[in-house]
Amino acid sequence: MSNQLFWEDVKEGSELTPQSHQPSTRQLVQYAGASGDFYEIHYDKDYAQGNNLDGPILHGALKSAFLGKFMTDWAGPLGSLKKLSCQYRGMDFPGQVITAKGSVNRKYQLDGNFLVDCTIWLENPDGQNTTPGTATVELPSKGVPNG
Amino acid sequence: MTTPPSFLTAEMREQAIGTQSSPLTMEVEKGAIVKFAEAIGDDNPLWTDEIIARKGKYGGLIAPPTFLRSIRIDRPELPFDLPFTRLLDGGSDWEYFQPVRAGDLITAKNQITDLQERVGRMGLMIIMTNLITYVNQFQEVVATQTNTSIRY
Repeated sequence: MSNQLFWEDVKEGSELTPQSHQPSTRQLVQYAGASGDFYEIHYDKDYAQGNNLDGPILHGALKSAFLGKFMTDWAGPLGSLKKLSCQYRGMDFPGQVITAKGSVNRKYQLDGNFLVDCTIWLENPDGQNTTPGTATVELPSKGVPNG
Repeated sequence: MTTPPSFLTAEMREQAIGTQSSPLTMEVEKGAIVKFAEAIGDDNPLWTDEIIARKGKYGGLIAPPTFLRSIRIDRPELPFDLPFTRLLDGGSDWEYFQPVRAGDLITAKNQITDLQERVGRMGLMIIMTNLITYVNQFQEVVATQTNTSIRY
């Protein structure tokens, strides 16, 4: 619980440090168990191919979880995630590296809260944006004790 | 396989939109939070370490943002059958209002808010939008999820 980011430190247009994941089929099974989403397209190759897919694909919700982690890591223990939005435009496959990236779109105050809007996405190994999204984070302010 | 040129009528959309599921309630178990965090590869102590989390701003373990996907929801029953069985998740918009804590009783309600059809790469698709509202035992809305699903 170190390196807390404060609202004053954030610059519009700045980039967030990318975060990579390489989920295995095993992790998809683990996610199936943890989330209760046992749809076979996420771990059964024959089933996935019978559904016109190249093979098992990542759960969309696992991809949103990666983006959620990306934002809560950035916001730090005193920050909090207010909004998280993403669309699953492209399919992602186990074994491939996917990288969360983002940039600061806007910082502003609203109803006494110190907020930041970010543009975020996941990129596949070919550099394609498979999962565009946005997030709003509330950060502590240096001007507000325990803010 | 031939694709029907169109399936949804204005009448069907009208019947479907607003349809609600019966609410389902689940207790948020601490072990379920920790297992979910492990499954998504997120070692943030706020959702994995009770001792550190207790000293933090929430005073205890809370759930990671998308943990609510593990809360069971009922599907609203459509008054007609859809001609497809294949399903893809299109995306989610989350809004968070209150932390979800270990021990909370979360009630999830699911409502159809839109129904559209579109012709895509895989032929005719039905696109459904659902609003899922999560309420805790204090009747506080902790989060909402607007989810898009694609049937093809």
